[in-house]
Amino acid sequence: MSNLFAPGSVLLALLIGAAFGFLLHRGRVTSCNVIENQFRLKDFTVLKVMLTAIIVGGVGVMMMADASIVKYAVKDANLLGVALGAALFGVGMVFYGYCPGTGLAAIATGSVHALVGALGMIAGGILFALSFDWVKANILTVGAYGKIRLPDITGVPAPVWFAGLAVLAVAFFIWTERRQTH
Amino acid sequence: MSMATTHEIGVRESASRMDWTPYLAGAGIGVLSWIAFAIAKDPIGVTTAYGRLAGEVAIPLLGADTVANNTYWKQAPFALDYGVLFLVGIMLGAFISSIVSGTFKVELVPDVWRQELGGSVWKRFAYAFLGGAIIMYGARLAGGCTSGHGISGGLQLAVSSWLFLGVMFATGLVASAILFHAKKA
Repeated sequence: MSNLFAPGSVLLALLIGAAFGFLLHRGRVTSCNVIENQFRLKDFTVLKVMLTAIIVGGVGVMMMADASIVKYAVKDANLLGVALGAALFGVGMVFYGYCPGTGLAAIATGSVHALVGALGMIAGGILFALSFDWVKANILTVGAYGKIRLPDITGVPAPVWFAGLAVLAVAFFIWTERRQTH
Repeated sequence: MSMATTHEIGVRESASRMDWTPYLAGAGIGVLSWIAFAIAKDPIGVTTAYGRLAGEVAIPLLGADTVANNTYWKQAPFALDYGVLFLVGIMLGAFISSIVSGTFKVELVPDVWRQELGGSVWKRFAYAFLGGAIIMYGARLAGGCTSGHGISGGLQLAVSSWLFLGVMFATGLVASAILFHAKKA
C-alpha cells in the first residue's frame, strides 16, 4: 500500500492507463463486434491498430534504447509455454470476444458480457496459480532461450526489421482499404 | 432482463463519426509506449497485474493460507501498485471516451453474436466466462497478452512475442471458423 502514495507512481499509472483505455476505445477495439470480425476476416481494425502501434512504438523505443535512455524489457522465450499459452489465448479471445485489456475497457463502456468474462479471467488466473508448480517444472523449461530478440537470432539489425515491417504493413493497409471501399 | 430493452439501446448508432481511424489510435498507442518505457519504466501490459488481482480474490475462496503458500502468488503478490492502478486507468479512459462520444451503452449480447449465434444472454455469458478463463490461463502460461506480448513485446522485436502473435492469430482463426460456422449447420 505504501507505494500507492509514492509521488508520481499512482498518477502515472492512472494517466498512462487512461490514455491507453481512451485510445483503445477510439480505435474501436473495445467493440466485441470488431474483434470477432477480425478473426472472421471481415474487419481488419485490430491488425491496423496493432501493426501501427508496433511500428511507431518500436522505432521510438529502438532509438531511445540505442541512446541508452530506455532499457528493453523482453519476455522470456519459453517456446513451449508461449506456444501453448498463445494457442489457448486465440481460442479464448474468440469465445470472450475481447482480449484482457480491451475487455476491461469495454466494461467501462457498458458491456456486461465483458464483465462476465473478466470474472472468468479471475477464475483462469486462480487455476493458473494452482497449477503453477507443475507448469513451471514441466512446460516453462522446454525450449527456454531467455530474453532473445529477432535481431539477435537472425543477425538482421532492428532498423531493417522495422523497414521491412513498415513496407509489409503499408501494402497490407492499402489492400484492406481497397477491399473495404467496394 | 428483457432483451428488447437492450436491443433498443443497442440500435443507437452514433458511434462511427466519433471514432478515430485505426491508424491514428495505433500511432497514439505507439507514442504512449515511448512514455511507458521512458518515464514509467514499465511497458504496457495487463495480465501480470490481473494474475495478482486473482490472488486477492482467491483469499475468501481458497483460504488465506493457500494463497500465502502458493508459489505463483508468492512471486506475484497483490498490491495497489502501478500495474493494478494501470488497470483502473484503462477503465477510466475508456469510460471518459465513451461518455464524451455519447457511445456508452449497456450491452448484454453484441450485434455480431446476436446475428450469428442467437440472442441468448446466458449462452453469451457462458462463452464470455469460459473464454475469459481460457484467455487468462493462456496469457499467464505465455507470459503476456495482446498488450504485454502483442504490442510491448512486438515493438521490441522479442522472439517470444512474435511467436505469441503468430500462434494466437492462427488458433483464433480456427476457433472462429468453427464457432461461427457451427451455427449455420
